[in-house]
Amino acid sequence: MTSAIKSEPFILNIGPQHPSTHGVFRVKVTVDGERILDAEMVMGYLHRSMEKLAEERTYTQNIPFTDRTDYLSSMSNNLGYCLAVEKLAGIDVPDRGQAIRVIMAELQRLASHCMAVGAFANDTGAWQTPVMWAFREREKILDLFEMTAGARLTCNYMRIGGVAFDLPKDFVPMARDLMKTFPAFIDDIDGMLTENEIFLVRTRGVAVISPELAVNGSLAGPMLRGSGIAWDIRKADPYCGYEKYDFDIPIGYQGDSFDRFIVRLEEMRQSVRIVQQALDALPGGPHSTQVPLALRPPAGEAYARVEGPRGELGYYVVSDEGPSPYRFHIRPPSFINLSVLKEMTVGGSVADAIVALGSVDIVVGEIDR
Amino acid sequence: MNLPFLVSDKWYDIRDLGNLSGAILDQLDKVLPYGLVYVIAILIGFIASFLIFVLPTQLFLGVLGERKIIGRIQSRYGPNRVGPFGTLQPIADALKLIQKEALIPTAADRWVMLIAPIVFVAPAVLLFAVLPFGPNMVIADVPVSLIYFLAVSSLPVLGAFMAGWSANNKYSLYGAMRIVAMAISYEVPLVMSLLGVALLSSTLSLQGMVFWQKDVHLWMIFLQPIAFAVYFICVSAELNRTPADIAEAESEIVAGYLTEYSGMQWGLFYGMDIGYALAAAAFASTVFLGGWSMWGLEEYVPSWLIFAVKTQLFYLLFLWTRGTLPRLRIDQLMAFAWKFLLPLALLNLLIVATEKVIWTQEELGDGIVFLFAPINIVAAAVLVYAWAKVNGYRPENTPKKPRMVKDATGYIPASGGGR
Repeated sequence: MTSAIKSEPFILNIGPQHPSTHGVFRVKVTVDGERILDAEMVMGYLHRSMEKLAEERTYTQNIPFTDRTDYLSSMSNNLGYCLAVEKLAGIDVPDRGQAIRVIMAELQRLASHCMAVGAFANDTGAWQTPVMWAFREREKILDLFEMTAGARLTCNYMRIGGVAFDLPKDFVPMARDLMKTFPAFIDDIDGMLTENEIFLVRTRGVAVISPELAVNGSLAGPMLRGSGIAWDIRKADPYCGYEKYDFDIPIGYQGDSFDRFIVRLEEMRQSVRIVQQALDALPGGPHSTQVPLALRPPAGEAYARVEGPRGELGYYVVSDEGPSPYRFHIRPPSFINLSVLKEMTVGGSVADAIVALGSVDIVVGEIDR
Repeated sequence: MNLPFLVSDKWYDIRDLGNLSGAILDQLDKVLPYGLVYVIAILIGFIASFLIFVLPTQLFLGVLGERKIIGRIQSRYGPNRVGPFGTLQPIADALKLIQKEALIPTAADRWVMLIAPIVFVAPAVLLFAVLPFGPNMVIADVPVSLIYFLAVSSLPVLGAFMAGWSANNKYSLYGAMRIVAMAISYEVPLVMSLLGVALLSSTLSLQGMVFWQKDVHLWMIFLQPIAFAVYFICVSAELNRTPADIAEAESEIVAGYLTEYSGMQWGLFYGMDIGYALAAAAFASTVFLGGWSMWGLEEYVPSWLIFAVKTQLFYLLFLWTRGTLPRLRIDQLMAFAWKFLLPLALLNLLIVATEKVIWTQEELGDGIVFLFAPINIVAAAVLVYAWAKVNGYRPENTPKKPRMVKDATGYIPASGGGR
């Protein structure tokens, strides 16, 4: 296209202080009018050197760190780390501890997906309403966390060998009540957004990830499933007795933002199913095994992975028989999911880039660690 | 008792309120010393006209409504600390904004940036000059007030463009470009939709339109449903309300042309956004909802009250869309204006012209409008649906539920064509 008016692309900084970068994350986009020609991700604004710090602290002391990587899903992070250390040290977890872990992990998925769905709707321009509705429901889950672990956001609840405390007396009836009302909220969001023509045109066909790209980019979680790939760690490599529960994996059609959104919504429904089953079949017995406080696992290495809300959340721990890990590494799902952001945004408009970023559902604490 | 202030037929005629206050004043005149009642009358008249008719009250209600009602839509309380039920929140907001420093970036075009809010605000006040609040209550009853209103209501775009251009910020520039592009596109279907209204009522005067609707005992919304829909969509686009708030799209371009503004400069833009929305609501209630007339109710209720209630109810529609709808992309908005709204408005014009010709040629009475109304409503429904289909609206092709699988088996291609 030729034009008499001289024009040239210019660079637009989206972030680090921008309403929809979900934290301190920055994308340097080269734009030609509204069309994006190039995108460069700049990260590290929230780097706290967690992996190095963990090498100086004991295995138990590292659990609070894992709260603060992905601060929207601390339970899943606790769980991943504890599984890795248990694998390393060969510790078994009692049945009740396993079931409590499943309940907590799934409640955490619900809370995290509430945030993801609400923030994504906010990015498409549904001004604050879905996010407020989602926060309303998320608060109820956080209340459950508070009564169990004492904290709402950084729960620090899982322990090596089980969980920190047994469930309080009121937990099971309250959780049951919440699981009864929760599907109605999901239907509300469903009715408000997926039936909305504007939402459809904003998200359908936007930021398409082909199955090849999804696999080659090592994506995980709803990003991978949105592209039509049936892959879930809970099914492929069950942990904490997930094989006992009956649930389905939702997968999308063509891998656009809308598919990722509906996959998240359906995952919430499936999580409700899992929590209900786990509450019904909650075994008795101890919630944790006794593990020495100064744990010295045998020399070796272990990698444990869980299906976090954002995808495969892996913890790699190497022991040299010392009281603290020799090497501690996290496989952060949002960081790896974000690696395809350039492919998702280039060619689209600025508005599409925001939707693409929203559909990745990043947590910057996890990206920068 | 002769109170010339209450019986004049000038724009500040408050006869409706005067009936009430006249009775009170008659009683007061019996107890108070001679002459004092005139002072009270003037004070009541002044306060009443200031509080009820003019922009500030509407603006106050608008800001409060925006915050309270959107709060309720979002399942939260909204402001409830300042004054009873938070009703003084707009005043607290304004005081806070006045205290704040209005920053001007060093690289900005200082004078343009300073003038822009004024350019933005002035037309909002001018708009209310032609809106009739009652049979005699219109500041300037110009015969072409429809055209005046349309012309003045497109002026603030200039202020917004100045704001966006002068700030020397890329986000501001985006906002400025978007608002100009959008205003130009949406002005066309907007005027086309109002053309049908003017054609049917054979007048360009807003007061004349209200009288016409009063005489035929039917509101224009029933005769011109397409025009109403097109007007509502276009005006919400021009006013930067969702789903077309792309010029200050918070999640995309921070705050659009307002990005660099602070303090009361920003407050003027924000307040006048609501002012324009109220003006548009007042205009829509004049043109489509019968203005101050209410099928004879205006004989018993003050006409300005009917008008204010209609305006605020219409404004509620803006709040509702704002609270629930996502935002469209700019190319989708443009396509919507040119491909959907404009042809629809033109088709509507064709229908109206035909009806008008039949009406005048056959010398039918006013009663014929009750035949036209159902015809037009049915035609509107059919046209909107058919034109959407022609434009490629295929809701059945979009699966809204994901596929469910039991096991982690890897890639499963979407069968049956997909989307």
